[in-house]
Amino acid sequence: MKDRLYSTTTSPNARAFREGIRDGIPIGLGYFAVAFALGVAAKDAGLNPLQGFFASILCLASAGEYAGFTVIASSAPLIEMALITLVINARYLLMSTAISQKLPSGIHPFHRLGVAYFITDEIFAIETRQPGELNPWYPYGAGFVAAPMWAAGTAIGIMVGNLMPVRLVSALSVALFGMFLAVIIPPARKEKSVLGLVIVSFAASYAAARLPYLKGLSAGNRIILLTVLLSAAAAVLFPRKPEAGVEHDEAGHMRQEEESL
Amino acid sequence: MNQSINLYILVMFAVTYLVRALPITLIRRKIRSPFLQSFLYYVPYVTLAVMTFPAIMESTQTPVSGLLALAAGILAAWFGASLFQVASICCGVVLIAEYFLI
Repeated sequence: MKDRLYSTTTSPNARAFREGIRDGIPIGLGYFAVAFALGVAAKDAGLNPLQGFFASILCLASAGEYAGFTVIASSAPLIEMALITLVINARYLLMSTAISQKLPSGIHPFHRLGVAYFITDEIFAIETRQPGELNPWYPYGAGFVAAPMWAAGTAIGIMVGNLMPVRLVSALSVALFGMFLAVIIPPARKEKSVLGLVIVSFAASYAAARLPYLKGLSAGNRIILLTVLLSAAAAVLFPRKPEAGVEHDEAGHMRQEEESL
Repeated sequence: MNQSINLYILVMFAVTYLVRALPITLIRRKIRSPFLQSFLYYVPYVTLAVMTFPAIMESTQTPVSGLLALAAGILAAWFGASLFQVASICCGVVLIAEYFLI
C-alpha cells in the first residue's frame, strides 16, 4: 500500500526499500550486540541513555563513537574530538567516493545527502553487493531498521550495562564479520584477481597489526593505508576493462549493464 | 557536564557526517580514468577484508573461536549461503566453540 506513495505504475523505490529492510535486519541484530558493548563505554564517559541514543543515531559509527566517548571521558578539548573523529572515520571518505560512482548520474542532491548519512561499514558492504546502479531507497530501508537498533543497543547498554551474558555478546559480535565475508567471498570465487586481493588483504592486515610502526597506528588508519596501497596495486596489476558495460546515450546519460559493483 | 557532553556529541556528529557527505556530494560525474575505476572497484574488497581479519579473532572470547567463525563464514559464503545465513553460521560456530573451549 505504501507503493502508491512513490510511483504510479511500477515501484522500484518501494521494492528497493523493502530489500533494504530485509538486508538491514541481520545488520541491525549485529549492531544491537555491538552497541551494547559500546553503551558500557558511553556510560563510563558519563553519558545518560538519551545522550547515548542520540550519539549513536547521529553518528552510526562504532570505532568513531568509541574513540569519541574516550575523548569525553578524558574531558579533552573539542578540537581533539574533531580530529580523532576525522582520523578514525576517514575510511568513509573512500566508501563515499565509491558510492558516488554507483548512484545514478542525474540523482537529486538531496538523495546524495541522504545516502551519505547511511554510509557505515555494513551498509556500504550490502550496497556493494547491489547489481548495477544503487537505488537510494535501498540504504534508506537498511538504515531504517539498522540505525534504531544501533541507537537502542547503545541506550540499553548504558542502562543495564553488563547484564547480557558474555557468551551471547561474543557470539553476536561476529555477525558483522560474517556479513563482510558474504560480500567479498562470492566475487572472489568468480574472479581470480579479487580472490588474490582478498588473501593478500588478510595477510597484510594481520602483518600490519603486528609490525612495528604500523601497529602503532589506529585500526582506522591501518584500514585506510592498506586500502589505498592494495587497491592501487590491484588497479595497476589487474586493470578492469575501461567503461565495461557502460554506454552513453545522446543526453550523456549512462546505462550500466555490468552486474558487478 | 551534561551540556558539555551534548557539545561533544554535536562535534562528533558534524565531523562524522561531513566525512561521509563530502565525496558523495562533490563527485557527481562518473570517473573516467581506467586506473581510478579499477581502484574504486577494488576498494570495498580490500576494506572489508582488512576490517574482518584479524579483528574477528579479537572480538570473541578466545581467538580460536573467532578463527573458526572465519573459516565457517568463508566456506558458507563460497558455497552460496545468503548474507543472513553466513552471519548466523558465524554466530552459531562461536556459540558452540566457546561452549567447549571456555
